[in-house]
Amino acid sequence: MTEPVLEIRDLRTYFHTIRGVYRAVDGVDLTVRAGRTLCVVGESGSGKSATALSVMGLIEAPGEIQPGSRIRFDGQELVGLSDREHRRIRGRDLSMIFQEPMTSLDPVYPVGHQIVEAIRAHQPVSRKAALNRAVELMALVGIPSPERRLWDYPHHLSGGMRQRVMISIALSSHPKLLVADEPTTALDVTIQAQILELMRDLQKKMGMAIMMITHDLGVVAEMADDVAVMYAGQIVESGIAEEVLTNPRHPYTEALLHAVPVLGMSRDEPLRVIPGVVPSPLEWPAGCRFAARCRYAHERCAEPPPTATVGRHQTRCWLPVDRSIGTGSATRTAAAGEVNR
Amino acid sequence: MLSYVARRLLIAVPTLFGVATVSFLLMRIIPGDPARVMAGPQATAEDVERLRQQLGLGGSIWSQYVEYITRLMQGDLMVSARTGTPVIDEIAARAQATVTLAVLAIVVAVVVGCTLGVLAALRRDSVVDLILSGVSVFGVSMPVYWVGLLLIMLFSVQLGWLPAGGSDSWASVVLPTVALSFFAVGFISRQTRSAMVETMELDFIRSVRAKGISRSALVIRHGLRNAALPIMTVVGLQFGQLLGGAVLTETIFAWPGLGRLLIDSISARDFATVQGTVFVFAAALILVNLLTDILYAYADPRIRYD
Repeated sequence: MTEPVLEIRDLRTYFHTIRGVYRAVDGVDLTVRAGRTLCVVGESGSGKSATALSVMGLIEAPGEIQPGSRIRFDGQELVGLSDREHRRIRGRDLSMIFQEPMTSLDPVYPVGHQIVEAIRAHQPVSRKAALNRAVELMALVGIPSPERRLWDYPHHLSGGMRQRVMISIALSSHPKLLVADEPTTALDVTIQAQILELMRDLQKKMGMAIMMITHDLGVVAEMADDVAVMYAGQIVESGIAEEVLTNPRHPYTEALLHAVPVLGMSRDEPLRVIPGVVPSPLEWPAGCRFAARCRYAHERCAEPPPTATVGRHQTRCWLPVDRSIGTGSATRTAAAGEVNR
Repeated sequence: MLSYVARRLLIAVPTLFGVATVSFLLMRIIPGDPARVMAGPQATAEDVERLRQQLGLGGSIWSQYVEYITRLMQGDLMVSARTGTPVIDEIAARAQATVTLAVLAIVVAVVVGCTLGVLAALRRDSVVDLILSGVSVFGVSMPVYWVGLLLIMLFSVQLGWLPAGGSDSWASVVLPTVALSFFAVGFISRQTRSAMVETMELDFIRSVRAKGISRSALVIRHGLRNAALPIMTVVGLQFGQLLGGAVLTETIFAWPGLGRLLIDSISARDFATVQGTVFVFAAALILVNLLTDILYAYADPRIRYD
């Protein structure tokens, strides 16, 4: 195992709204190791994007990272940094790409200008040098004839091309960690595959770590070295990707894996839907947050479960999981990785 | 783009024709006989009639209209009944004063309005926002002649800091400019606030923040730059309001511009000068609107005219 580049401990990010305190992230522990990819998986509303934004220092009022939360990045504590101090790291050692490439670029500037802006935010280089560097970056992310594309406006480019531009901006200052919030969700399947491949490629070339937010287990199977499964503002299971995917120790992970349709499945065979919905972050259940939807739930689940280390997994569950679940999901998941969506 | 401009200018012709017709008719509808007014109370009926013929007001309304439009198409705005000089020269002599006042007022309104609007948007729902909203409601609600009188009372009469009227020094331009820009400041700041609030919530603002650029670069280069379009729209519209305001402002502050020329000519029933001035105002407004639309394409590269 390599050194951790990002260590999140007991991260709590709350949003103070008129309707109450929205506890989007509520005690998250995560570790991203140098050069590796951690996928954070979960349903909508599980708090994964809020976790990513907390790391980036992009949580805005009424959101607030609670005191006691710790985000240690590259040996430096990020919680409590002023915006000015955070800005020095943001976009340089720590950068991010977003879910919506169609709307993530400023529509009124040519893409070259936007890459140059990112470069010059952190490197004391002339505009001309930055332009040359922008052309290099565009070539690196696979944009054809970059010199000509430099002066194209975002609306001239396809979604896939725009995401490549976003990636080139994110990589402009050789980050140690790239946070990717569902970078392929809005793209066509074939383009998704290209972007994922590009990210893996660039990771190999530049050696950065990736923290990838996704709800797509296919993406996880494709990309992840490590996996953290998020539910209702907490991490319910984490570990090495292969192990979590083939031998889930938390009922939620198991249910997620079973909910994925697999090519070759009979049409009559029902998908195993997880009953119910994610509880409201305004009022999380007192005990295990998944209990109401869990097919293994028992009386003990009314109390908050501890985080147990089972084998090489961390799991937040009362069950002696290795006995109860985890059979039969291996083949399904392997297949899911290739054909999902 | 060129064909677009040509088309717009072509559409302006019927508009200007309409303006000429309406101003012609309005002057004939309001009571008061120009020949009577000019000849004075002692003049005999023959004198008045002779003067009427000299002024070209002898024939029927229809024949006067035909003559007016014919000469207008030749670029001739007729001769002022009051002064006997060609209307075009009267307008040329006064235009600079009005242009100075209008440009100053619009610059002040844009700078102050945008600044207030941006501040209010960034401190949304705070005390600052509330105060600024109050200020802009105040600005939008107060008629320009009222603001003008209050300014004169305070700064000229009470404090004696600035002249109440005239155009003798740079100081005399201050109060008319403030009075004239007052309304536009309120309007522009409200529009800027709402456009900025909307823009700062767009997706790309977050991705730009992720680059780690400074707050001011984010707000000005990306926020205000993207909010520019709706702001430009109201600035263009405000220009019309401003011309109307100029008429009142110039009268209150005795500013020797086109507005005052218009008012004086209306009082004297100087038909030709009124028609000529209204025509020039309308043409200016059409040109400014066209200019606004052309600037759109520079403000937003997604807009293309063809």
